[in-house]
Amino acid sequence: MSTTTVENPVNKQDSVTTAAPRKARRRGENSRATSLVSHGILIAASLIALFPVAWLLFLSLGPDKDDYLHPGGIWKKMTLDNYTYVLQETKFFDWLGSTLIVTLGTTLIGVIIAATTGYAVSRMRFPGYKKFMWVLLVTQMFPVAVLMVPMYQILSELQLIDNYLGLILVYCSTTVPYCAWLMKGYFDTIPFEIDEAGRVDGLSPFGTFGRLILPLAKPGLAVAAFYSFLTAFGEVAFASTFMLSDTKYTFAVGLQTFVSEHDAQRNLMAATAVLIAIPVSAFFYFVQKNLVTGLTAGGTKG
Amino acid sequence: MTVAIDRATGKRRGDRAPRPGLVQRLKHGYRKHWYAYAMIAPVVIVLGVLVLYPLAYGFYLTLTDANSLNSARTIGVNEIEATYKFIGFDNYADILWGETAYDRFWSHFIWTIVWTALCVTLHYTIGLGLALLLNQKLRGRTLYRLILILPWAVPTFVTVFGWRFMLADGGVINSFLETLHLPTPLWLEDTFWQRFAAIMVNTWCGVPFMMLSLLGGLQSIDSSLYEAAEMDGASRWQQFRYVTLPGLRSVSSTVVLLGIIWTFNQFAIIFLLFGDTAPDAQILVTWAYYLGFGQQPRDFAQSAAYGILLLAILIVFTSFYRRWLNRNDPQLAI
Repeated sequence: MSTTTVENPVNKQDSVTTAAPRKARRRGENSRATSLVSHGILIAASLIALFPVAWLLFLSLGPDKDDYLHPGGIWKKMTLDNYTYVLQETKFFDWLGSTLIVTLGTTLIGVIIAATTGYAVSRMRFPGYKKFMWVLLVTQMFPVAVLMVPMYQILSELQLIDNYLGLILVYCSTTVPYCAWLMKGYFDTIPFEIDEAGRVDGLSPFGTFGRLILPLAKPGLAVAAFYSFLTAFGEVAFASTFMLSDTKYTFAVGLQTFVSEHDAQRNLMAATAVLIAIPVSAFFYFVQKNLVTGLTAGGTKG
Repeated sequence: MTVAIDRATGKRRGDRAPRPGLVQRLKHGYRKHWYAYAMIAPVVIVLGVLVLYPLAYGFYLTLTDANSLNSARTIGVNEIEATYKFIGFDNYADILWGETAYDRFWSHFIWTIVWTALCVTLHYTIGLGLALLLNQKLRGRTLYRLILILPWAVPTFVTVFGWRFMLADGGVINSFLETLHLPTPLWLEDTFWQRFAAIMVNTWCGVPFMMLSLLGGLQSIDSSLYEAAEMDGASRWQQFRYVTLPGLRSVSSTVVLLGIIWTFNQFAIIFLLFGDTAPDAQILVTWAYYLGFGQQPRDFAQSAAYGILLLAILIVFTSFYRRWLNRNDPQLAI
């Protein structure tokens, strides 16, 4: 999963050089001391990366909300009670439902729109092309604060506050411009001859797009989908403002409800956090390689 | 009515024959490009309705004194009409050089700049360092890699709460510092330490992205360049300076730009780490949110004005950054 395509040429070359007996140290091979130092730094960094997450996991096993103050005590009374409580007594499944509706809705709508847009800007030079690309670029860097207030007012006029569709559309407006750039980059790598062949064989422009190009662009579509999914899942500001009833909270909002001014049910919060984090992190690990290449590639063209 | 020809023939606008009349041009443009417009129509509609119209409307709001008490609203069955009025550019004047403007805007502005600069520098240097380490032949580097991207893999709104437990008074970080007989700052209450904590958490969250992108960049550098450098007797440092860094240029400029925009707009970390408790540690984005939604009465007009100012800062910065990049390396041409 981690060492794929990009490194292969290097590896191959190295294995070739290994075949020839050579005394001198090859490039990329370190002396003992340097490799010890490298391991030392990497282990320290890994511990730092791991600790806050591991700590959350550990705290989620303590039954009392103040256990975080004397964590040593947790070892003796470890229990999964928090998890059963969260699953049975809180609105966890409501939140799960609304999170899924919002994220999947965003992903689906966003990717479809981004794909057609990306195709249009990749293949056709229409009047207004440059301005359009500029708008897409600038939209990506809108701070949430710019649109929050007017969006709130517009959505409340449209009766879309506290409504899944409202949040999905808001998220689309943040993910689509980026995904469109991403898809444009991907479509640019698909040879134009394929379009021409399709047109010669009598397909309409939409037919070319739907039947020939889209199937070829699946990897690009996947990256756009991952990106939309993760963005929508992790968004806090809009979700906190636009979702009002506690059964419609997404996870990002629901998790905050455990800590109020009067009471902090930290043990339950930790358990919920772990429950949320596990599937999403697993998904992230599954797609991360594609995501990184896609994000930076889209960025260089952006 | 061709799809691909535009680019294939390399036809440019200037090559066109004498310009026909407007109506004819429109008709011609429509016939030639209708499917292009049809394909971007959804995005134009979504962006138009949810970005451009709100932007225009938001700009209009900044010229009024709208807040939650005088906006149109529904209480029970009663619909109350909006009563806010047009006051011109007073909001901007008030924010930029009104009374107490320093406390309300400039202190947050300076802190936002410091925050962005420090965070991006830390992200980049730590990310580059780790990427260099991971780019060597090393036992278990796949495992290291998987662990090191954990902060990115777990959603930010989850990990921030983990940090909040750790930073709390009496939490694990302070207990640890106490056993070492070091001072135990009030991370979540004292302004300086709040800022310190915010930068720390953001650095923790942001390094993996930089690390992975730069690692990708490092791996795409042709290894024969290093061999050539070694042949010429270049030292490790010289190789780094004259092969690695130039090889990373295009990736770096992208991730630094993305990093600056993301950090400047970073909402979740500060919002979730402190809630409403830390007025001095709020960067402009979270401060604007606080004005518009975190207080009563909600000051919509000022909040929107902050938003417009933020956008202006970002656009100015980005265009300078791109111009600077293009001057240094026209081929890059972001």
